[in-house]
Amino acid sequence: MKADVSKPLVQLPQRRPLLTRSGWSGFLVAALMVCVLAPMLNLLVPPGSPLHMSDYAVALLGKIMCYAILALAMDLIWGYTGILSLGHGLFFALGGYVMGMYLMRQIGRDGNYKSELPDFMVFLDWKALPWQWALSDSFFATMLLVVLVPGLVAFVFGYFAFRSRIKGVYFSIITQAMTFAAMLLFFRNETGFGGNNGFTDFKRILGIAIATPGMRMFLFVLTGCTLLGFFLLARWLVQAKFGRVLQAIRDGESRVMFCGYSPMGYKLAIWTISAMMCGVAGALYVPQVGIINPSEMSPANSIEIAIWAAVGGRASLIGPIIGAFVVNGAKSWLTVAYPEFWLYFLGALFIAVTLFLPNGIVGLARRWKRGDP
Amino acid sequence: MTPDLLEEGTQRRERLQQAATSGRTESGGRQAGFSRIATPGEVDITHGRILYLEDVSVSFDGFKAINNLSLDIAPGELRCIIGPNGAGKTTMMDIITGKTRPDAGTVFFGSTIDLLRYNEPQIAQLGIGRKFQKPTVFEQLTVFENLELALKTDKRVKPSMLFRLDSAQADQIAVLLHTIHLADDVGRLAGSLSHGQKQWLEIGMLLVQDPKLLLLDEPVAGMTDEETERTAELFLSLKGKHSLMVVEHDMSFIRTISEIVTVLCDGSVLAQGTLDQVQADERVIEVYLGR
Repeated sequence: MKADVSKPLVQLPQRRPLLTRSGWSGFLVAALMVCVLAPMLNLLVPPGSPLHMSDYAVALLGKIMCYAILALAMDLIWGYTGILSLGHGLFFALGGYVMGMYLMRQIGRDGNYKSELPDFMVFLDWKALPWQWALSDSFFATMLLVVLVPGLVAFVFGYFAFRSRIKGVYFSIITQAMTFAAMLLFFRNETGFGGNNGFTDFKRILGIAIATPGMRMFLFVLTGCTLLGFFLLARWLVQAKFGRVLQAIRDGESRVMFCGYSPMGYKLAIWTISAMMCGVAGALYVPQVGIINPSEMSPANSIEIAIWAAVGGRASLIGPIIGAFVVNGAKSWLTVAYPEFWLYFLGALFIAVTLFLPNGIVGLARRWKRGDP
Repeated sequence: MTPDLLEEGTQRRERLQQAATSGRTESGGRQAGFSRIATPGEVDITHGRILYLEDVSVSFDGFKAINNLSLDIAPGELRCIIGPNGAGKTTMMDIITGKTRPDAGTVFFGSTIDLLRYNEPQIAQLGIGRKFQKPTVFEQLTVFENLELALKTDKRVKPSMLFRLDSAQADQIAVLLHTIHLADDVGRLAGSLSHGQKQWLEIGMLLVQDPKLLLLDEPVAGMTDEETERTAELFLSLKGKHSLMVVEHDMSFIRTISEIVTVLCDGSVLAQGTLDQVQADERVIEVYLGR
């Protein structure tokens, strides 16, 4: 007997929501903590009170939230698409440099040499701004370039790499070479970005002083909201069919091609999106830490991003964010308490995670929740 | 305009209209290729062949994997390909699907599409589906997601971001899930399926693409007898609607499904005919038994 086709033969799974109910409540709690609780504890509660959130904590958490954006971007490209980038620090630094240029111009005549030009240019005896600085006095252009510069670099690099079907460890090595080459380039004074000193001594944004508690708190809240926004964006991307194609590329690229998808477009899209997110993170990072120099492009920094993602748990979005907080929290404590052991600890952590926690902290939590030993 | 010219024009119009509506022309229902406009992406099978390989050769580091191979397949045909290891069966599929470029020769899909000018995704979209020797499904995705991914839709980046399954597509998947006997496993991860089920899922992923030509590399390897039997039934039901090219070592399976069997050896066609014919062929016995 033939089955009646008009009746539903099979219960097909429902489309999954962007976040589950508990997911949304968690999201809301995080948003409240960033936007309401932190400003209150920092600005309204008097410093003597045990509930007071110190300026040090604001600076540290603001910095870590920037790192969490990096880890999230890394998760999209590595966790979901299986492309390990060891050059994401470059995109972060590029976003940071674009922001830094704007902040340098905002110093105006308040620098050491009382000149319209940034101090390092006066020091190098330059008479006019080089062409790279053409748009640096416009805040609007800066906001665009923060996204466009890393995006364009990533697009061009990715286009050639993916078109040549460079994969796996070869791709990782090339990305590392890319960030290393960029670091050497930025170390040179002729490049026009302040050489090995980079940019520092920022005074104001949009004419508002940068070193006030209010501004610091504003940047903190902005960073938190960006992180949450990017989390939703990333979640939307991976919940769409687009995200499943990415995972399919990770698990069997040739099968994807024989299904009629051209992997190059997908890889290029997520690679560029990921780089743009890093650029935004860099732009938020620079005014908070007050310095940007070429050492941000060092390969070691990019490798650290991969470690955060691995520790937290790849292909889970929330995992890498947790990873960034855990590793950097440990770092800020250990580098003070036992400065000489930090790198050993980081290495050991990476080995331990690879051996015992292939799915990171999130994987451990899931296993524990299921009740497995 | 003179009356006889008008008369002639009317007659010609009627003739053409009749030809267009009846579907039969002077050439016995076939239309000559030059009188029609080739539609891009449409497979022209008016010459009775869906796939042509002619004098194809390819060598890897001096080893001739395919050597002057010529082969053609009719629309709706189920062709079995057998041959000893290293005969070039998989390489042939690599060439048809665009994975390997031949050193010489021509490969045409229908009469008009030169497959050597396309890459793997484009060939897949033209309507050639391929099942690998080792079952390759997306292990981290569910059965349903695997099928949804393979579904015939716009496969560019932006449409994938905005994709929503419509009810016709959902029905298509639901029907297919029954065909491949995975209706109870929709939500399971593909990686947790048995070997035979993965084979079925991969076949399902091909079917949901609605290909005109299916290339199946050892589809029943690792299946139980019952699963093999069901696969044979499925293939026989596909015959006619789709063209199939099946590479297999399981002779009893081939006996169940085959009409024409092609024997490949050392990269070219050694013999062709019914299974009994090729099994009686002296040269075939020689390459298989190595006399």
